[in-house]
Amino acid sequence: MIAELGHFALALAMALALAQSVLPLWGAARGDARLMASGAPLALGMLLACLAAFGALLYVFAVNDTSVAGVVQNSHSAKPMLYKLAGSWGNHEGSMVLWVLILALCGGAVAAFGRRLPSALQARVLGVLGLVAVGFLAFILATSNPFNRVWPPPADGNGLNPVLQDPGLAFHPPLLYLGYVGFAVTFAFAVAALLEGRVDAAWGRWVRPWALAAWAFLTLGIALGSWWAYYELGWGGYWFWDPVENASLLPWLAGTALLHSAIVVEKREALKVWTVLLALLAFALSLLGTFLVRSGVLNSVHAFANDPERGVFILVLLAIYIGGAFALFAWRAPSMAPTGVFAPLSREGGLVLNNLLLCSMAAVVLTGTLWPMFADLLFQQKISVGPPFFNTAILPLAVPLVLAMAAGPLLPWKRAKLWPVLQRLWWAALLAGAALALCFFLAGARIGPALGFGAAAWLIAGAAADIIDRIALFRRPSAALSRARGLPRAAWGAAMAHAGLGVSIAGMAGMGLATDKLVALAPGGSTTLAGYEWRLDQVGDVVGPNWTARRATVTVRRDGATVTIMHPERRFFALARMTTTEAAIHTTWLSDLYLVLGEEEGGRAVLRIHHNPMAPWIWLGAAFMALGGGISLSDRRVRVSAPGAKRATGAAGAPA
Amino acid sequence: MSDIPDTTPKAGTPEPGPASAPGLGRRRALMLAPLGLAVAGGAGFYAMLRGMGTGTYDPRGVPSALVGRAAPPFALPPLEAAGLPAFANTDLTALPGPVLVNFWASWCVPCIIEHPQLMQLSREGVKVLGINYKDKPADAATFLTRHGNPFARLGRDEPGRVAIDWGVYGVPETYLLDRGGIIRWRWAGPVTPEVLEQDIRPLLKRHA
Repeated sequence: MIAELGHFALALAMALALAQSVLPLWGAARGDARLMASGAPLALGMLLACLAAFGALLYVFAVNDTSVAGVVQNSHSAKPMLYKLAGSWGNHEGSMVLWVLILALCGGAVAAFGRRLPSALQARVLGVLGLVAVGFLAFILATSNPFNRVWPPPADGNGLNPVLQDPGLAFHPPLLYLGYVGFAVTFAFAVAALLEGRVDAAWGRWVRPWALAAWAFLTLGIALGSWWAYYELGWGGYWFWDPVENASLLPWLAGTALLHSAIVVEKREALKVWTVLLALLAFALSLLGTFLVRSGVLNSVHAFANDPERGVFILVLLAIYIGGAFALFAWRAPSMAPTGVFAPLSREGGLVLNNLLLCSMAAVVLTGTLWPMFADLLFQQKISVGPPFFNTAILPLAVPLVLAMAAGPLLPWKRAKLWPVLQRLWWAALLAGAALALCFFLAGARIGPALGFGAAAWLIAGAAADIIDRIALFRRPSAALSRARGLPRAAWGAAMAHAGLGVSIAGMAGMGLATDKLVALAPGGSTTLAGYEWRLDQVGDVVGPNWTARRATVTVRRDGATVTIMHPERRFFALARMTTTEAAIHTTWLSDLYLVLGEEEGGRAVLRIHHNPMAPWIWLGAAFMALGGGISLSDRRVRVSAPGAKRATGAAGAPA
Repeated sequence: MSDIPDTTPKAGTPEPGPASAPGLGRRRALMLAPLGLAVAGGAGFYAMLRGMGTGTYDPRGVPSALVGRAAPPFALPPLEAAGLPAFANTDLTALPGPVLVNFWASWCVPCIIEHPQLMQLSREGVKVLGINYKDKPADAATFLTRHGNPFARLGRDEPGRVAIDWGVYGVPETYLLDRGGIIRWRWAGPVTPEVLEQDIRPLLKRHA
């Protein structure tokens, strides 16, 4: 019964989305205020219908209703409640419902908080969002109904893939989708601008918070996925250049470029056509990821089931949305006259460089991801493009990007001189050089990690130099505190995000120095790695809610003192007939001790021991970056709510 | 994306003026570039999806090393509860006409999806030989009583050793062998109605 209600709610959402995609757009084209005003209530109605559908989905998973096919395939009564609920979006059908729900949330937010938008723009944005929702609801209803029944119902479900039963992964998809789908809003703004044939500073101000929010969520989502891979897969790696990982990195790169170029639109009314293109591109790359993961054209450990029929459906949707938007772009953009003259050496010049480098990175990642597929198609060649290609191709782009990142925020708008900027950064350069030299001194001639530590020091110190310069800490120390309070939060956010990338790079550089060792130990035996002594005390059996495990007890000592006692496990999930490794990780914040239990044979247990210097910094940095986005967002709120008059005060309830 | 270096400086250069027709023409061509790339990419993806249907494009990239060779030797115990004869590789050459060898398990959901197609083939007289992979005999028997039994012979590969010899990627997986017992075709994934019509029927005709 509840399942049928959920199915009905999806159909209702489809009907409302259809109305939402027709009426406001028609109204905007004819200048009919009443039709335009229908957009907001329709969007809110669709949000309610999607909430009902998602609620029904959660319910059937929570009560383990085995007459629903999705529950049978992905759940089991013995699973903890968190994973029962997470299982509802851990599969293709359910994740599509979550996708559409988040799209509806975005539409609802535009409807509820966008009252200050010009009514035609709001109507067009809601119309385009409705159009996107129609396609994906049709996809769910036609090919991927999550409420399909099975008859006769089996006694219990098959269980969720044990590798996915993890708190990190439970929240990975929602965050990622908040990012992907958030770019649907900037996409809708771009399409609306093309329809209107007008892009101005106000448009840039409205687009930026959405781009920021989507970017911050995507950053968190990617970081959470990478963290999960690090501790759950037990390989000790954190990024594998897997096609599905790349698919999430592509919109992130385009989105990063977008939120920077939107600043130029807002402040200087330049780069308008380019920014519109980036907004289209960010969402196009999000959709491309959806297609790659769900159609089965990709060979990846992450991909959903292989189903060409669904693939064709998504490809048709892509053709309509991406093809349609690019066609509109080709038609309308040439008439948008380029405006704004600027010197190469200026804040906007720096932001153009940022865009060029980020987009080149995106092009490299896109090529590396798609090339094997197209080589197979065109030349029947099975090739694989792996980490060596990505690392060597990304590095020459990353180095100038990092160099420019610290200097960019210090450049004034319109016209700048390099010398004063370098004067303010000399101590950052000194620190970077020191970090580089220290790494050489301590770890030997390892170019990659040394460069990484240098870049990290440069970025963190550069961000600090930016803030110090703005609050005039050394020039007028007495007024610094009040200036710090008056500094726009966007400046704090930008410095935070830039420093966050530095922290992440430090973590990656540290991982470049990681060491590991494979040993077979009998209980009581010990080995040494990275200055620690690792002693296997015993291996025993433990029982969990839906698994049994072998658990090792390993004492780690340094200089005779016990550092920690670690318990790596090998869990056996009887239902799925699968074994997972639960790595034991002890973090000191400056390094991770990482321990994996392997097979046992002849009274000896195989242990894989890793020492990962700086590893936690990778995700810490990503958290800083997202936090920086959030801080910047809290500032924009004031300005966004009153786009006409900059710095209007007392405005509340802005889109964010 | 090749248009990136060209577009950006243009946006920054002084306005060419609406009168300069060649400038506008170049702009138009540039603005068409994203659409052109998207169309080319879309056409490629469509070709891949078509190829996946017809078997000419396999993203899993594991063309079976066994195609064109005889099946590796094996002798599997029968599933007593189903009353079916045991299954060994010698049975493959003894049968007249082409046969299908299907790896399946009761715990595998795609196996339920493909089951009606296997039932149909067996009703039409095609010999479908089953290898029950990493399964409990009781579960396998329940599966067959519930969904029907398409198999002429059935071997139980509870340890999964035979599947390793065949290079099985995962269940379900189906092989087509000609009357001489030579493996001619391999399919990783469920036998959907499309696979049945577009792959299996032509192959059965060719090797009949």
